[in-house]
Amino acid sequence: MTIQFNEETFRDDYSFRNSAWAIKRFPFPFHEDSYMYSVNMEQHRGGPEGSVYEKRFDLDEHYLSEMQDRALVLAEDPLRCQSLPHMTLAGWDTLELIMVSKSEDYPDLFQLHRDGDRWRWVNKPMGIDHSFTFLDETTLPCGPLEYITRQTQGDFAVLDQRDDMLWMDAGMVTTQADWSLDFDIGMNFFEWHAPVPLAHEMGIFKRALKFLLNVQQGAPARRLNWTMTVNPLLDTSPENYHKWGIQKTTLTPENIGAKQHLRVELQTFFRLPRSNALLFPIRCYLIAFQDIVTVPKWGRRLHRVVRDLPEELATYKGFIDNRPMMLDYLSEYDDGLPTSPGVWPDLDSEPPLQR
Amino acid sequence: MSAAPQKARAGAERIAVTVSAVVPLNDLVTRFEFTRTDGKPFPPFSAGAHTVIEMKDGDRTRLNPYSLMSDPADPSRYAISVRRDDAGRGGSLFMHRNVRVGDAMTLSYPVNLFALDLRARKHVFLAGGIGITPFLAMIAQLDRMGGRWELHYAARSAALASYADELTARHPARVHVYHDDQDQALPLADLLDGQPLGTHVYVCGPAGMIDWVHTTARAHGWPDEAVHSEEFLAPQPGKPFEVRLCRSDITIQVGEHESLLEAMERCGVEAPFLCRGGACGQCETDVIEADGTFVHRDHWLEDEDHASGKKIMPCVSRFVGKTLVLDR
Repeated sequence: MTIQFNEETFRDDYSFRNSAWAIKRFPFPFHEDSYMYSVNMEQHRGGPEGSVYEKRFDLDEHYLSEMQDRALVLAEDPLRCQSLPHMTLAGWDTLELIMVSKSEDYPDLFQLHRDGDRWRWVNKPMGIDHSFTFLDETTLPCGPLEYITRQTQGDFAVLDQRDDMLWMDAGMVTTQADWSLDFDIGMNFFEWHAPVPLAHEMGIFKRALKFLLNVQQGAPARRLNWTMTVNPLLDTSPENYHKWGIQKTTLTPENIGAKQHLRVELQTFFRLPRSNALLFPIRCYLIAFQDIVTVPKWGRRLHRVVRDLPEELATYKGFIDNRPMMLDYLSEYDDGLPTSPGVWPDLDSEPPLQR
Repeated sequence: MSAAPQKARAGAERIAVTVSAVVPLNDLVTRFEFTRTDGKPFPPFSAGAHTVIEMKDGDRTRLNPYSLMSDPADPSRYAISVRRDDAGRGGSLFMHRNVRVGDAMTLSYPVNLFALDLRARKHVFLAGGIGITPFLAMIAQLDRMGGRWELHYAARSAALASYADELTARHPARVHVYHDDQDQALPLADLLDGQPLGTHVYVCGPAGMIDWVHTTARAHGWPDEAVHSEEFLAPQPGKPFEVRLCRSDITIQVGEHESLLEAMERCGVEAPFLCRGGACGQCETDVIEADGTFVHRDHWLEDEDHASGKKIMPCVSRFVGKTLVLDR
């Protein structure tokens, strides 16, 4: 596969766009016409060819522009990447996992040459060819976690495991849905999930923690999460709320199709071998409403999900005020026909919009 | 979710291996070393991890967990040390009697229930007998990282103190060995006193030793979070009993010398597990109905869970009574 990397921005002029290829493979998160929290974990051992689930770390047309955006965020706020002192080994684990995975999964784009601890890493899209000594920080321009995650799409929370608990003790977080590593660092699993409504009462987090504590080496897991974002912003951090929060008031019936984006996180979980920490990559995918509704099944279903979502969740996900306008727009793409089960677009089998 | 639902396998991922060395260390303990059959390097592991060894003993598959004792940085081999238990259920005897160099076997990927706390300023290791094995990997890992550690190792006699000589030779100032037959007691209270703040203690050995360390450390004002232990429980024999498995829609008999988990596996029911020693929580099963007494032996469930009669850990726990119906 040859990927044509987009030249685009996630700020200012918002030139971010999904190609037809990216729309078709978008990780649509709703497998039925309604949504409620669930632990919804499955094993992360590949998926259909071309899907975002196929590789351990999905790479797509937004790679280079996402890495440029990350560099801009870090230049403004270096605290978006942090690692407590005991997490350095987990940083090396992360570097190893990503370099090995990417060089095996995309051999035309990435190469890893290992001679004992002498490693050479070639990242062709970013023009990097770097030799270093594994486990020797002085041979990298920055810490191992920062080094590799400046070259990998998605956010990364690195969770230490001790006392039957997970602790957010390191991370690279620049494309987040309104949370902050600088605020959460050092917190445990229940502390950093404290703001989420309903799920605690449902016992979701207790079950999820139990599952995650038992994620094993060689058997990674994944799940999807989602929210809504006005404008294709990668960085919707609490630190910058004053910049992006206000943009939610700029939606109009005329611009909503282009401006309103469904934001989906493909969350994966890898047990790291040397540190026994848990790596939690959170890959963000954005898609404009006008692109979603080109898939008839997704247009129908998104309308129903947004319409029927409990008020607490629409509030927590930050679109309660815009929900009526979103429903006005989406209802145009819901003709009431039944939808097929599952998340796939089913373009060949689902009927076109009957209007 | 969604993408490509895959059937989860019951234990950790497996690796096909060849036995590359069988090294008797003393009357009771033998070391087994393995290489990968496919010639690839083993996955790296974190010190303190164990692997579950699959033993084909006639028509019976035995699955026993053993701590990985090799250097975590050496991907060319895995090694375990097995203490022969003549009164046990036969896994260690099988290893000692039947396993030869060149044999094909299957190991699980490493699973760590006894990890180093990497925040510690210093690590104090307390080993009892065969409990030395995880510390060999921990020492190798800390030496590479430049970590501070000391080892206190209690064994029945000098002859049975596996690896004591090489540890003492390599680290004379850090290794302290105590022999029961010479009335040398591990001076626990003394060595807990005066450790620098941020020290973590790790104990691996018999249940009595583990309890003693936890109790003494607490009495000396140590936070529980700074005291780590690992003990794999072997399933104990008991009276045979009958179990109804609801979801599988079968009724099975659990024999005197097999665990409930093993009986399920024998009957073709795939039940989750990782440690098979009552510690990891994977096999936790809901009880639908019970008329009788549970014999809980795990470390996983809380006392309230044990008292409630609503949960059981089939890897080590049993049941005495008329009716037991499980959600499995």
